[in-house]
Amino acid sequence: MKTDDLVALLSTNLEPADRNVVVRAVYMAVAGGAVATLAIAFAGLGFRPDLTTGRALIYLAIKLAFAIGVVGLATIYLTRLARPGGERRTSRFLIAAPFLIIVALAAVSLGFAPQAHWEQMIAGDQWLECLLSIPIIAIVPFAVSIWAVRKAAPTNLVRAGAFAGLVAGGVSAMAYALHCTDDSLPFIALWYGGTIVLCTLAGAALGPRLLRW
Amino acid sequence: MTRLEPELKALMLASLDGNAASHRALLDRLSRRLRAYYKARLAAVGRGMAEAEDLVQEAILAIHLKRHTYDPREPLTPWVHAIARYKLIDFLRRNRASLAEVPIDEADEFLAAHDDNADAESSYDIRRLMHRLPEGMQCAIEAVKLDGLSVAEAARRCGQSESGVKVNIHRGLKALAALIARETRT
Repeated sequence: MKTDDLVALLSTNLEPADRNVVVRAVYMAVAGGAVATLAIAFAGLGFRPDLTTGRALIYLAIKLAFAIGVVGLATIYLTRLARPGGERRTSRFLIAAPFLIIVALAAVSLGFAPQAHWEQMIAGDQWLECLLSIPIIAIVPFAVSIWAVRKAAPTNLVRAGAFAGLVAGGVSAMAYALHCTDDSLPFIALWYGGTIVLCTLAGAALGPRLLRW
Repeated sequence: MTRLEPELKALMLASLDGNAASHRALLDRLSRRLRAYYKARLAAVGRGMAEAEDLVQEAILAIHLKRHTYDPREPLTPWVHAIARYKLIDFLRRNRASLAEVPIDEADEFLAAHDDNADAESSYDIRRLMHRLPEGMQCAIEAVKLDGLSVAEAARRCGQSESGVKVNIHRGLKALAALIARETRT
């Protein structure tokens, strides 16, 4: 077939295109994924019983601030990575900022604590549950994020997959924070930060297979 | 070259608003650039020119189907170049060529050359491929895109709702693009 004929075919009775599809799909996926994830965490694990005490609220706020920071930045980047050539418009340094901040805070808090407390601060009571829960709960927000990016046209599939994983890990950590009773900065840095990084790596590995178009 | 970007971008913005003449002018001008681009790239990895036109049409279909992913705040050239390069790499991967041979190219080189061989033909026939689509999609594309009927007329001819016709055209073109990608595997 002649290229001219294809061009003519595609231009006949052209419909206007919705320019906001990409951004809307990604935002809807993150919001919908967050609601679903909260429901799963509540049904599967339940929220921590001491949720209204002062100390619990402070640590909940820190965990949420970290997770929301990750999700917010990753969502903005995902709307860019979903578009052709969008990988030129992402900065690896900026996305690392929430992780660097929480690791720095963890180091400071370890510095001020006696060494005998370090093991409890780092491992907490439930490190294994955290290590398993965040990646497992992240499957649902990961699936909806991938669905949103598939509506667009990413050209760097590894990076787009990684950011879908990062969004999912962050959303999952947000929901898990409502259950988790381990209140220490090193715990958050290691187990929240680590599992979110794990989700990111899984997303990077799956991206080329799931996002091809 | 510096003049070309604002011209093409203006055409793209009009085409996003549904202006068929602008869309046609845009795809026509881009196809000339894509032809020169793919001929040069395929020559660089030692492959035949015959495959260049298949790639031009794959890229044109992708630009058409993915035009909603263009961000109007950004220049158009890098967007087109990213699609062109993505389709090139996808093509070479399908044909098990070594990707290490693909030279890195920059978006601004993309506009530099054009090849106006408008009579160039690809190796497949879209009417033949269309017969492999489900009937509803086939009817909608034939009525609206080939016979030039309005969506309302096509809805009557194909026995579908108007929104059904629009959905079938979009899905049908996507399915055609996938069929073409499979056809051009050597």
